Amino acid sequence: MTVPWIRAALAGAAALALGLTGCAGTADGPAAEAGGGRVTVFAAASLTESFTKLGKDFEAAHPGTTVTFNFAGSSALATQITQGAPADVFAAASPATMKTVTDAGDAAGDPATLVRNQLVVAVLRGNPGKVAGLADLARPGVKVALCAEQVPCGSAARQALDAAGVRLTPATLEQDVKGALAKVRLGEVDAALVYRTDARSAAGELDAVEFPESAQAVNDYPIVVLKHAGNPDGARAFLDYVRSDAGLAVLAGAGFQAPQNR
Amino acid sequence: MTRPVATRQRLPLALLLPAGLGLFFLVLPLLGLLARAPWTTLPRRLAEPGVLTALRLSLETATLATLLCVALGVPLAWLLARVEFPGRRLVRALVTVPLVLPPVVGGVALLLVFGRRGLLGSWLDAAFGVTLPFTTPGVVLAEAFVAMPFLVIAVEGALRGADRRYEEAAATLGAGRWTTFTHVTLPLVAPGVAAGAVLCWARALGEFGATITFAGNYPGRTQTMPLAVYLALETDLQAAIVLSLILLTVSVTILAGLRDRWVGTP
Repeated sequence: MTVPWIRAALAGAAALALGLTGCAGTADGPAAEAGGGRVTVFAAASLTESFTKLGKDFEAAHPGTTVTFNFAGSSALATQITQGAPADVFAAASPATMKTVTDAGDAAGDPATLVRNQLVVAVLRGNPGKVAGLADLARPGVKVALCAEQVPCGSAARQALDAAGVRLTPATLEQDVKGALAKVRLGEVDAALVYRTDARSAAGELDAVEFPESAQAVNDYPIVVLKHAGNPDGARAFLDYVRSDAGLAVLAGAGFQAPQNR
Repeated sequence: MTRPVATRQRLPLALLLPAGLGLFFLVLPLLGLLARAPWTTLPRRLAEPGVLTALRLSLETATLATLLCVALGVPLAWLLARVEFPGRRLVRALVTVPLVLPPVVGGVALLLVFGRRGLLGSWLDAAFGVTLPFTTPGVVLAEAFVAMPFLVIAVEGALRGADRRYEEAAATLGAGRWTTFTHVTLPLVAPGVAAGAVLCWARALGEFGATITFAGNYPGRTQTMPLAVYLALETDLQAAIVLSLILLTVSVTILAGLRDRWVGTP
């Protein structure tokens, strides 16, 4: 009578052990590999296209090294880093989000300003809503997507709108700049305030309308090697690469501006 | 082979151990939230105006979404459980699609149908001037899309488990299919409908991906609690923890209350 009971217990224990080791295996995976030839870069969503290209160029110049990216809203990335996410390099879209990381003592050294970015109004190709500047966004019937003020593109939008003295009720406050861009692409809003670089990345579908008040809301992009980097040498090499003339040329091609202190 | 009662009632360790571990695994993250909660500033954070607005919107939209799911989902479950028709297995599989679809993809799919340039949305806009994205009804729609399978699966299960002899007896006594449904079937599976509705409501309350994609995020109009939590996380981890705790407390209280009252303790 005891035999089935024992068998059941063994089966249960075996299943449990399998389950546990299975979980542990997946959790250890990325962390264990980070020490090798892998550089993990956490970068603002607006750097997606240019950093993806720079990553490929860097890998070609450094055989055996792989660069993996985590692109998201800068603030979300900063939270992930201060909560212990395994990252080697952090590139933020604003000094304020970078400050979260440096204040928490997670940066190795002082951040360097990599590039600057400015806002434009992204509209559907051909500009069907005839948007010529910020004031047009407040017209009745014009649906606008902004970034939420918690993320850098949102606080920049707020500054620009305040500088222009324009008050508007957006249809939505998106969680990052790509979300705002997607709403224009899908045709659900008429316009969105996004970075010049994001508008350029969707140049086939969208037009960018420049406006003078964007000079009041220029975003600096700081970049830093992180203190708990699993691959500090690789991280420093990647940082030097993106700040090299070749790297900055790629960034300029995407629509970024050189920082003032260079 | 007579077994003493005491041995028979002893709990098998092979079940008890994984059960305990399972419970621990589910409750541990909740304990993490409680441990990191900023208890000293809690009252001040609760009083912030945006919090109550988001909570009220969440409760309202989740309840409306549940009503919509019950109105459409119970007949759908009945169709799947009681009517033989070609392609029934395919229909049953289609009903569960929102369960496997990433909610963000569900949101994009909703935009492609109900959006301003969508298949139905463009017609709705032209004919009635109705646009659903970025509106509170849009939130309800997104939540219902994601939550309805939970209701349909629960009710269909209850219908399959219900004793069909009562329905057959009603039919022999001359009741039509509609009368049988309202007077016999529905009372019979009422606990199943209630359980399904509770599950559906809970899923709607926690909905994030489809909502932010289809309805956007604007305080008071489409910003539900999960969206508020996500945005708070961008700048203020403590605020995000507080918002999560409020959502958890409210939902657990309501769910526990409903279970005892309507669903009954199994």
